[in-house]
Amino acid sequence: MTRFTTAAGLSRRSALKLGGIAGMASLVTIHTGRRSFASAAGIYELAITADRIIIDGVSSKAIMMGGTVPAPTMRWREGEEVVVHATNRLDEPTSIHWHGLLIAGVMDGAPGFNGYVAIQPGETYTYRFRLRQSGTYWYHSHSALQEQAGMYGAIVIDPAGPEPVRADRDYVVVLSDHTAEDPMRVMSNLKGDAGYYNQAQRTLMDFVRDARDSGFNAALSDRLDWGAMRMDPTDLADVSGYRFLVNGRGPEDNWTGLFTPGERVRLRIINASAMSIFDVRIPGLPMTVFAADGQTVQPVRVDEFRFGVGETYDVVVLPREDRAYTILAEPIDRTGHARATLAPRPGMSGPLPEPRPRTLLTMADMGMGMDGMDHSRMAMTGDGMAGMDHATMAMADTTDLGRPLGWADASTPPGDKALDYADLVSATVNGDDRAPDHVIEVQLTGIMDRYMWSLNGRPFGKDQPIRVRQGDRIRITYVNTTMMAHPMHLHGMFVALENGQGRRMPRKHVVLVPPGRTMSVVLTASEPGEWPFHCHLLYHMAAGMMTRFIVDDQTT
Amino acid sequence: MTVHARRQGLITAMTLLPILAAPPAEAAEAGQIFTFLQAEQLERRSRDGADSLNWDIQGWIGTDDHRAWLKSEGETTDRGRLAEAEIQLLYSRRLDAFYDLQAGLRYDPEPAGDDGAPARSFAVLGIQGLAPQWFEVGASAFVSHDGEVSARLNAGYDLSVTRRLVLQPTAELNVALQDVPERGVGSGVNDLELALRLRYDLTRKIGPYIGVNWRRMMGQTARLAREDGEDDDDLAVVTGIRLWF
Ligand SMILES: [Cu+2]
Repeated sequence: MTRFTTAAGLSRRSALKLGGIAGMASLVTIHTGRRSFASAAGIYELAITADRIIIDGVSSKAIMMGGTVPAPTMRWREGEEVVVHATNRLDEPTSIHWHGLLIAGVMDGAPGFNGYVAIQPGETYTYRFRLRQSGTYWYHSHSALQEQAGMYGAIVIDPAGPEPVRADRDYVVVLSDHTAEDPMRVMSNLKGDAGYYNQAQRTLMDFVRDARDSGFNAALSDRLDWGAMRMDPTDLADVSGYRFLVNGRGPEDNWTGLFTPGERVRLRIINASAMSIFDVRIPGLPMTVFAADGQTVQPVRVDEFRFGVGETYDVVVLPREDRAYTILAEPIDRTGHARATLAPRPGMSGPLPEPRPRTLLTMADMGMGMDGMDHSRMAMTGDGMAGMDHATMAMADTTDLGRPLGWADASTPPGDKALDYADLVSATVNGDDRAPDHVIEVQLTGIMDRYMWSLNGRPFGKDQPIRVRQGDRIRITYVNTTMMAHPMHLHGMFVALENGQGRRMPRKHVVLVPPGRTMSVVLTASEPGEWPFHCHLLYHMAAGMMTRFIVDDQTT
Repeated sequence: MTVHARRQGLITAMTLLPILAAPPAEAAEAGQIFTFLQAEQLERRSRDGADSLNWDIQGWIGTDDHRAWLKSEGETTDRGRLAEAEIQLLYSRRLDAFYDLQAGLRYDPEPAGDDGAPARSFAVLGIQGLAPQWFEVGASAFVSHDGEVSARLNAGYDLSVTRRLVLQPTAELNVALQDVPERGVGSGVNDLELALRLRYDLTRKIGPYIGVNWRRMMGQTARLAREDGEDDDDLAVVTGIRLWF
């Protein structure tokens, strides 16, 4: 474990000292179970095992790849061919999916799709693919709920050409959520009581406080409005009881990345959690975002960003002072935090900021009109999003009670800049600027009370696959009819987010669609195959929030 | 079916359920099977006369749309003699976001003691679900093997006072279309049961509680009870625990 964290945490400079670019692949040595051996460049042995991990001094069960949680960082180079022999040492089927990679369908690693079959116990599957891209990505299990149990790791692909930014240090920051419960038990608890993990449901005491603050009638009518829909405004996240990790370390373990004051530090931040949408910041240290989902964007200087499960952001920070800086990631339901430190020397820790308050959903998050406006149709649809950001939405939702209201309200201090999707401008001009041939509406649907999740009202298995022809230009319009945000992930191809940036729309593999809102993306269906298309909240996908996106091959 | 046999049946069901709910091989699999088993009430009722032990258990196994339900409620004397009990096995089909349609069989075993009426079985048709404002509601119609028709309506509400302290009012109304004298049932409204329980959730799965349970027989049923020298009014202080297995 330490060996890997060290490898992942090595500064770019020391890595180069250790043997130059060619040495990178062999630097990432792979554990197979408890044995470890160096592999030839480009060939990797990866065993999938069940074992225990220790987080903040507490031992718990985990499923891991290469003997660690997170799995070893794969450090690859654009253009090279990679061979991974994955051996299943579990007593159940497993799989490895290469999240965000442009890859042949059968190598994508989603059982039941593209002819790929889950790796059976005792079997070895050989993945073989040539890297057609560079940037920060990740890999994880696509079977059962194994991802929750620890099967995830980072992929770093160095570009064939120059790096988009110069950095003295290069760290992977894998954020995740760990539960001591068996993930199957978590799912079963949710099916028995969808509010099982919600520790913030409104009480009589809350009602008394609301009645005092805003009047008895207003408080009562608010309760009746939510009760009439059998919905709960505290329903921000489905699962709690998590310990939030940075590179497999708990807040007490305090993963630390070293810097010398004045250095440029690159952080590859990956949301590899099962269910947690995070607000990420480094108090006292603005971040310059220059890549989203592995794709380079024009630099944006922000104080914080919110990101969904599956998304990645590459940022550069410039710590000038000789002190420790805290990297803090709070899940939106504020049930804890992930914490790591950037420090000039080991063993230091920076100040831990006060936890931010938990927001309360509003009728606007339900897509209900507010002041006569229909947000579900208004916000974030194509160019309509330009000039309008989360902050204004949040302000519109906020009353004078001093409490955060509305999904988008991250309690960002006045004057601080939170990243907005509208800020993402692709570094390169989009290759295909044809108008869409087809518009496909995908409704994000669910019945919270029964913990049923679906697309267009149909759970996976009863779904109607989406079928397009290779080369088609497609617009997908997400209509979120639920009160939760869903990070929507399409395998096999990038989508361009219609965020008002014209021919410089950012290319993404996960798009976080806020509750009650509509968003759209466009893509060129360039990769033939039968691709999984799903919500990346693990228990939503497992409950059926998935379908097939079939691109018919036009060459045969 | 004896209490012992029923208990065995329950234990068998409880051991089997997790095995049936095996993890799927793929990330999402159509028609996954889940299980749920909850003792909403496991309690001692203390009153002027003899105390009793009461239970009300519900559970299901199945998919989102199709489930087999098990429901059982009953009462034993504090010496463990069965006073009254019923067990229902139902097929349940999801109607919409909030309601299930349920149909199946109900079996009332023969109570212990010499005044015991014979065991009876019924066909059941019911609806169960979540009404606006978070009321848990149910309505069931029963047809006995002798063709007697009866019905039951119930409702309950969980009022969270704090995160852990929950006040739970419940109401149940039983109605019969005709007299069944050997069961002490008259036609019309048989009885109304109102209860208030105050529960402290140690976890979401373990919640001890105290409360009061009041049952009032009505109409013909009340008259039959009085003729038998029984009380038509039953007020009990309850102490018990809610468990989710
Ligand atoms: Cu979702």
